Amino acid sequence: MIEIKDVNKVFYQGNKAINALSDINLTIEQGSIFGVIGSSGAGKSTLIRCVNLLERPTTGEVLLDGVDLTKLSDQELTNTRRKIGMIFQHFNLLSSRTVFNNVALPLELAGVSKSEIKTKVEDLLALVGLAEKRDVYPANLSGGQKQRVAIARALASDPKVLLCDEATSALDPATTISILELLRKINKELNLTILLITHEMAVVKGICQEVAIIGGGKLVENGLVGDIFAHPKTELARDFIRSTLDLSIPADYQERLHSTRVENSYPLIRLEFTGASVDAPVISHVAREFNIDISILSSNMDYVGGVKFGLMLAEFIGPDACAEKAIEYLKQQKIELEVLGYVI
Amino acid sequence: MSFNAVVTWWAENTRLIELLVSSLWETLIMVFTSGFIGFVVGIPLGVLLHLSKKNGLLESTSLNKILGVVVNIGRSIPFIILLVALIPVTRFIVGSSIGTAAAIVPLTIGAIPFIARLVEGALLEVPAGLVEAAQAMGAKPLQIIKKVLLPEALPGIINAATITLVTLVGYSAMAGTVGGGGLGDVGIRYGYQRFDATVMMITIVILVILVQLIQSLGDYLVKRVDHR
Repeated sequence: MIEIKDVNKVFYQGNKAINALSDINLTIEQGSIFGVIGSSGAGKSTLIRCVNLLERPTTGEVLLDGVDLTKLSDQELTNTRRKIGMIFQHFNLLSSRTVFNNVALPLELAGVSKSEIKTKVEDLLALVGLAEKRDVYPANLSGGQKQRVAIARALASDPKVLLCDEATSALDPATTISILELLRKINKELNLTILLITHEMAVVKGICQEVAIIGGGKLVENGLVGDIFAHPKTELARDFIRSTLDLSIPADYQERLHSTRVENSYPLIRLEFTGASVDAPVISHVAREFNIDISILSSNMDYVGGVKFGLMLAEFIGPDACAEKAIEYLKQQKIELEVLGYVI
Repeated sequence: MSFNAVVTWWAENTRLIELLVSSLWETLIMVFTSGFIGFVVGIPLGVLLHLSKKNGLLESTSLNKILGVVVNIGRSIPFIILLVALIPVTRFIVGSSIGTAAAIVPLTIGAIPFIARLVEGALLEVPAGLVEAAQAMGAKPLQIIKKVLLPEALPGIINAATITLVTLVGYSAMAGTVGGGGLGDVGIRYGYQRFDATVMMITIVILVILVQLIQSLGDYLVKRVDHR
């Protein structure tokens, strides 16, 4: 279990103090997968580096199974860090070592015997599916394979916790999914606590049970993934979720968009579905009921923790009065609507 | 100069050829001994320069400043002046200020700061993320140096060795001024002072071949160890 208590981190740029983290409190249960999501510069990287003290918090405590890491001696900290694995956005594999020797490095550092290293490393390479790549240098691996090696390396010293610093941000979507599957697998098989930071909604949705949203160095909101996405309590959390879903109006539509209704124009509407919205097939229902045609321009809907949410851009094509009624009806279903303008 | 002329010249100048062979040997001794000692001292110095930097592994601004100033002083003295200025030191270490052994002292002292800066540069090429990853694994500073920094910087360090040895070949020519001998000395005495262009040309050709060999060997080794 990781407990982060009242952690503050201040950086100095010349004489100017920058609060990278302000009063962060988090508890991460043993065996859970916890995501911290935020945009760049929000303090995510600083936060995850405070957990293994790559960055020392200015004030506050970081507890691993009840032991405050900030109070450990250098020697004790070194030993404790062996129980906290870490993987990185840019993998950070040693280019001078083969796959095998990269995974062996933490064991060498801990003074494990050669024969033990051999069995352990071969097991780990089998676990991450890279047994046949053992004598290859990292330069000859794909991004996904490099991250697998990094995961094997992080697991070499049997850690209780795995820290993932934007571990999938340099990978393509398909590879991201396979790495997340691997993380889920090791989480289950080894009862490993995983703390990951990311700016990708898909990652959090994909594997996290709990999520914390961080913005401007402050913890904005945290809780179960479904709850946070479906019922964001704070404006910042909402903005963030919206920004990850953001739909922009295509340029040629933008040109044809008028702020007032003119002859032969139809309203362009943004619909926002949240956890509060009535869970029913509303679009087809509205089309039938109010005798309008709905042309969906773009849509980004998601399903997390039993809740549908997302954004949609659509044209309501039909007589004025019908479209008005339809909008009224949708509002009653707790769907948030905004008429962006009228398209000719 | 036809081929026959070269052969005749060769047969008539056995003494000169012996001289060239022995001076090539002297050059090699000077270059490789000073290069070797230079690296033994220069690598740790370069590592220390790198580690003591701001945000370095063993950050120490004062140590970094002191080392930086010392290295810069060493780097800023023209070698020919260093050679003369170090005569008392040379005499203290070797017991004489004349001869090949005596020339090794200023060559080594000239090489150390040069190597230190090159090694520092090579270490700078190692991504900071690797050090961070090693720290996260629970590596101690000495382990990070031995298992991460130096192996990762090895191509750069070999490259630095090549540059240093080539530079030392050039410096060793100046060692003639303290009676250090070597090919450069032969070239100056015969070519410049006696207007014997042939001997000068021969020394130049040998030096060119020597430098080519050092460079090719260095490039080959870099290629062997570089897996980036």
